[in-house]
Amino acid sequence: MAAALSPPLIRSAALAAVVAALLALPLMGVRLVDSSSGLSLAGRPDLVAWAAGGVFCGRLLIDLFRRWIADFSIRLPLPPPPPDWTRFAVGWGLALFALVLPFLPFADRNLVDKATMVLIYIMLGWGLNIVVGLAGLLDLGFVAFYAVGAYSYALLSLTFGLSFWVCLPLAGLFAAVFGIALGFPVLRLRGDYLAIVTLGFGEIIRIVLQNWQDLTGGPIGISGIERPSLFGLSFKAVPPEGQTSFAEFFGLDYSADHRVIFLYFLILILALATNLFTLRIRRLPVGRAWEALREDEIACRSLGINPTTIKLSAFALGAMFAGFAGSFFATRQGFISPESFTFIESAMILAIVVLGGMGSQIGIVLAALLLVGLPEWFRDLQMYRMLAFGAAMVLIMLWKPSGLLSSRAPTIRLGGRA
Amino acid sequence: MRPPPLLEVDGLTMRFGGLSAVSDLSFSAGQGEITAVIGPNGAGKTTLFNCITGFYRPQVGRLSLHHPDGAALRLERMADHVIARKARVARTFQNIRLFPKMSVLENLIVAQHRVLMAASVFSLAGLLGLGRYRRAERAAIDLARHWLDRTGLTAFADVEAGSLPYGHQRRLEIARAMCTRPLLLCLDEPAAGLNPRESGDLNHLLQGIRDEEKIGLLLIEHDMSVVMGISDRVVVLDHGSLIAEGSPAEVRGNPAVIRAYLGEPDEPAAVLGGEG
Repeated sequence: MAAALSPPLIRSAALAAVVAALLALPLMGVRLVDSSSGLSLAGRPDLVAWAAGGVFCGRLLIDLFRRWIADFSIRLPLPPPPPDWTRFAVGWGLALFALVLPFLPFADRNLVDKATMVLIYIMLGWGLNIVVGLAGLLDLGFVAFYAVGAYSYALLSLTFGLSFWVCLPLAGLFAAVFGIALGFPVLRLRGDYLAIVTLGFGEIIRIVLQNWQDLTGGPIGISGIERPSLFGLSFKAVPPEGQTSFAEFFGLDYSADHRVIFLYFLILILALATNLFTLRIRRLPVGRAWEALREDEIACRSLGINPTTIKLSAFALGAMFAGFAGSFFATRQGFISPESFTFIESAMILAIVVLGGMGSQIGIVLAALLLVGLPEWFRDLQMYRMLAFGAAMVLIMLWKPSGLLSSRAPTIRLGGRA
Repeated sequence: MRPPPLLEVDGLTMRFGGLSAVSDLSFSAGQGEITAVIGPNGAGKTTLFNCITGFYRPQVGRLSLHHPDGAALRLERMADHVIARKARVARTFQNIRLFPKMSVLENLIVAQHRVLMAASVFSLAGLLGLGRYRRAERAAIDLARHWLDRTGLTAFADVEAGSLPYGHQRRLEIARAMCTRPLLLCLDEPAAGLNPRESGDLNHLLQGIRDEEKIGLLLIEHDMSVVMGISDRVVVLDHGSLIAEGSPAEVRGNPAVIRAYLGEPDEPAAVLGGEG
């Protein structure tokens, strides 16, 4: 460390201290004093000295820290991208673990509940990944489609008495229609401009939900949303007229845990369906066109690809999965209000996609566990949450600027196997 | 009766504000021929290309593409991606435009989007994994492999396109354009930045495409060894207008061309005196 305190460091710190002293002289160095002969100026050299000294030490520390960071990042060689089979094994391993999680000895209701929450975000991340990761369209208003899905289910179920299973595809459909509605005006936009417009769209949806009292209940929200049933088996303690409860049917004692576990599996299936769909469509013409569009739109057009339909399909499909997740959210909570669909949710989902490494499915799982799972488990440390977020983002920017898992596997190889 | 030429440009004018990049330009390019478009910088060559491929919409003029089946398509009325899809005009770019993060093979498969999209019924049949799509994909891989072999890139098939050396990227862009099965291939400075050996290979490749595929090639080029070596006809532009047209030998000796490239001969007094 002694060698680190080299003359250039001292010199740059001293220079900063001189500048600080010069600045502090007029700003802090003089004070108006109310004396008997009127106002007069009094010097405060001690404050100036403190400022200069503080800047000197601060500058020295920053330089040392920079040097240390530089050393550190040199010592940390980037790991080689994992071979394909590890990706495969990790994927299936995680899926298997998720499948048996509720039956593991340490799994209580609390854990399953939190895992359900994480899975919602994983599903949203996978949905947004189609738009941002594959098609390269930066969408800051993704939560709007989540809200459309949630309100679709809540309103359809309360107004027309439709069951969850009928509403689920309808909610996806409505969200997809909204995706296309958003897509049309922004077809010509890219990058920052697109981000701003989508941000506005997300806010518009939320504000409409908040103010259209007659339909959405405004800020009070909608409560008493119907819970889902499993092939007509209710999860209520006292099933409604003409229905059997799940516990009765299987001869179990009634337990509230049944519903929690059922909801967990429901979102697991929805999320896995999203994942399989994405993995499959990446290898189809549409998926490849999405990625090509992300890489170079002009080249796409020169190859006869119509960017309009390709962009709209990305918006529609991404929105559809958000719609599914939204109606699941509504049925799980039993209560929704515009509060749940604020911009911070969009930012969170986008952070999951970016942190995971754009386009990487497993990366999104890891990022969702980090960003949603960890804060849930460490609620006691909640006040440090944003601090940790910031630190994590800085570290990621330094070491993994393109996300946790950013290597991309080609969708097709010359041998024919992808 | 002689069949009409593949591409007919008639009275084409493209203005940007007050500046005419191309004015009243007429020429034609034949099938099975290499037509080179040359001219000093700013002569309007790339603007002409952008009009033909639909990236610009000309104010005046007609661009007709005659398909072998007799259909005549008016390019100036079509959007860029429709020109590529329906009129079957493919192009490369002056500054290479590949899909850098995708593999070389994927670049060539994306070029066959139209065929694969139809075979997969907008990806629905593909989603279900039906045989029809798998057969179409195999055919697409075969076509891609054919052009990889032709351009000598087979060994790089699964490599990220952006990581290829410059010369390879140029060839890949040509292979990608050829995978769209075009009738007219427009090449914007294909030899730019190539060393003499690579440029020789390129000549060979382009002649091969002309002789085997029987399509029309239109190329902008500054490298005279390419222009004089392989083109059947040369079109010379200066300040947006046609100043000469003909075989490479004819154009080489044309005084107007020499003037455009080298400037006026150093005897303005005599010219002025003659006029006075």
